[in-house]
Amino acid sequence: MIIGLEHYLILAATLFTLGIFGIFLNRKNMIVILMSIELMLLAVNINFVAFSSFLGDLTGQIFAMFILTVAAAEAAIGLAILVVFFRNKDTIAVEDISDLKG
Amino acid sequence: MIVALSFYLFASILVLSAIMVISAKNPVHSVLFLILSFFNSAGLMVLLGAEFIAFILVIVYVGAVAVLFLFVVMMLDIDFASLRKGAVQYLPLGLFIGGVLLFELITVFSVWKFAPSVNENIANAVVSGEQTTNAEMLGALIYTDYIIAFQMSGLILLVAMVGAIVLTLRKRAGVRSQKVAEQFARKPSDAMEIKKVTSGTAV
Repeated sequence: MIIGLEHYLILAATLFTLGIFGIFLNRKNMIVILMSIELMLLAVNINFVAFSSFLGDLTGQIFAMFILTVAAAEAAIGLAILVVFFRNKDTIAVEDISDLKG
Repeated sequence: MIVALSFYLFASILVLSAIMVISAKNPVHSVLFLILSFFNSAGLMVLLGAEFIAFILVIVYVGAVAVLFLFVVMMLDIDFASLRKGAVQYLPLGLFIGGVLLFELITVFSVWKFAPSVNENIANAVVSGEQTTNAEMLGALIYTDYIIAFQMSGLILLVAMVGAIVLTLRKRAGVRSQKVAEQFARKPSDAMEIKKVTSGTAV
């Protein structure tokens, strides 16, 4: 039994879909939405590294590192905004975040 | 055989823990399952021969991001049960969109193949051999060809750190915090005074 590129791609697709489904399932809870975004970024990373490994090209691993950087920055800023919002409004429900009337 | 077995082990735990992340009632459990899924994807990266990414995944995601999530979940005093109300309402739409997306992705991935000329377009080929490790090859690339992108990602992290501090820093009334500039600007003459005391009289 040989594990090919397709196995990894389908695994990453499943993980990405679970991330999107998580956003729908937890529409009110900002923290779980951020975690779902992390899952989706993880799926993208698996895709990058799988292609890198099966092509014998290191570029994919380098870009996976950059995605990791951006994911860490995004989590830090997102959670900081969440903490400030909770301090001011005492809620993190997504439907209450409508002050900008966008 | 052992590779296939470990792939299926890591992949199944990864998918199951991802399901638990989005469906757990308690957000602390969600974060813990997120950590489990990061560990399992690190295992997958090791299987793919990308050890450095696997270690970075454990260090950055488990050590920093997931712990950050854990701190925030524990710091905020929220009734999470009330946030789950009405979730069932969005279940059919979510299942529909997820199902369509998964179907499309699997369709694309099952009929897709590499172009015949792909081997001529490899930018940074993996150097095979016992002497060079994955981390060594990545380092040789990052500090030469990708130095600008690497510095930019450092800058992004710096800006994110400054931004997070600026966002969450606040002045609270009734707290005696340090005022570093004022404390350093203080001179001895502000604090004490020398008085000549002659003997036999009060100060």
